[in-house]
Amino acid sequence: MDALIELQPEFWKAAAETLYMVSATLLFGGFFGLLIGLGLYTTRAGGLLPNKTISTILNVVINFFRPIPFIIFIAALQPLTRAVIGTGIGNNAAVFALSIAAAFGIARIVEQNLVTVSPGVVEAGRAMGAGPVRILRTIVIPEALGPLILGYTFVVVAIVDMTAMAGFVGGGGLGYFAQLYGHRQFEPVVMWAAILLIVVFVQLVQWLGNRLARKALRR
Amino acid sequence: MALVSLRNVTKAYPNPNGGDPVLAINDVSLDIEAGDVYGIIGYSGAGKSTLVRLINALEPVTDGSVVVNGQELAGLGEKQLRPVRLGIGMIFQQFNLFNAKTVWNNVAYPLRVAGASKEKIQARVDELLEFVGLADKAKNFPEQLSGGQKQRVGIARALATAPSILLCDEATSALDPETTQEVLALLKRVNSEFGVTMVVITHEMEVIQSIATKVAVMDQGRIVESGDVFEVFSNPQNGSSQTFVGTVVKGVPSPAERAVLRERHEGRIVTLSFRDGDASQASVFLKLAQAGVEFELIYGGINDIQGKAFGHLTLALRASDAVIDGVLADIAQATSVTEVA
Repeated sequence: MDALIELQPEFWKAAAETLYMVSATLLFGGFFGLLIGLGLYTTRAGGLLPNKTISTILNVVINFFRPIPFIIFIAALQPLTRAVIGTGIGNNAAVFALSIAAAFGIARIVEQNLVTVSPGVVEAGRAMGAGPVRILRTIVIPEALGPLILGYTFVVVAIVDMTAMAGFVGGGGLGYFAQLYGHRQFEPVVMWAAILLIVVFVQLVQWLGNRLARKALRR
Repeated sequence: MALVSLRNVTKAYPNPNGGDPVLAINDVSLDIEAGDVYGIIGYSGAGKSTLVRLINALEPVTDGSVVVNGQELAGLGEKQLRPVRLGIGMIFQQFNLFNAKTVWNNVAYPLRVAGASKEKIQARVDELLEFVGLADKAKNFPEQLSGGQKQRVGIARALATAPSILLCDEATSALDPETTQEVLALLKRVNSEFGVTMVVITHEMEVIQSIATKVAVMDQGRIVESGDVFEVFSNPQNGSSQTFVGTVVKGVPSPAERAVLRERHEGRIVTLSFRDGDASQASVFLKLAQAGVEFELIYGGINDIQGKAFGHLTLALRASDAVIDGVLADIAQATSVTEVA
């Protein structure tokens, strides 16, 4: 317990770092994941703008990157990270790798949720003279909003999990804090404090996601 | 020139099992005049849903010509088709309302696509919701409505941009009989009050009977019979047409029914067909009575289509063969007589 009190500044710093990494990843990964997911949905056979070439490329790329375990991915991505971020270490380097890994996962979640939108309402939009972009923006996304929010909520929890590996590239966060000051220093109280905060954070996110989704679904 | 004119239209889909393409529409020609309520009836898979989608080019034709409002649609790109589609409304079996939007916003949607001003949208949506009797549901979401109400929203939405044509794809097939009548009555008003030309796809002959002025019967991608509803109903030529007409018109008994009738009734069994303007039933019955033929009405009925009556009555006749032959020959001069058993 004394160790935890002593480590309080580091603890809150780690919490802030986790919050930062999760938010930034959700922002960038979420945005690009949405774009790729819309691309998958739009170009698939029978989609709004079927395009076998683009669809195949997207699928192959996603299927190539998705199975790579994140801890290896974050290392393998180092050259690209250095080229884009300017450094291979630190929270921003971790966010870069997290965003890319998350984007591919999010793309699949977006695709999965969009295909559940009834083809009938899409057809109704076409019959009214709406173009593909308008249909995506004003029909498909609003119709799938509830499940999309739940999908993104699921992703946030997964991102929290992945941020624990940021320490490998010199990043911080609660996961690394629990490892460094808790596990390795034989301070279970410190470790559990970090775990507890992560659990609280995840609960909050899930609660918020459920609430928003219920609002979107009106049930 | 007809409002909608299809000439030698073919629609082929790639064969999922390889081999020759599947012809969903096979060399169809069809003219729909302004003001018509044109019914297209057929079994599922007959190609009628595909046919109706050729009219607003949701499905492009493989071959042939589709002219709507004087404009050839075959070969137009999606972008060029968008303004065309604003002039063609469509309603669906499953309503296809936007569940994430209120009733009001559903009806406003096509107006937004058309780029109408806020004031115009407000006025038009309110007017249409009034017309379909759902002004009080404007703020509700589709899931709070009954099936009939949903379809009325669908109709209001389809009419928002004041189209000259309304395509109805099995619009009442998901509704119970009472609601079906309600929706059909509303569609009738759309035709009579706004002069909207309608293409009504259905597999239910009752729908054709109650609102259509013309009908085409589809079978395996072809139109096997078409014409005025009264003509097709009172005298169907094609086998498929006869089956459909048979679902609403108790006409000539089927072979199975004949066997039952034969078992139950003595004498010769004949079917007399009456059409508006032909010999009256009264004169036929009078002739039978005067000839001393004992007769019994055992099957059939008289129908009213667009204010004209027709029907088929099957009688069991009992008298000597010579007497019956004589009187039937007399009756046959004025109306059609078929000896069925």
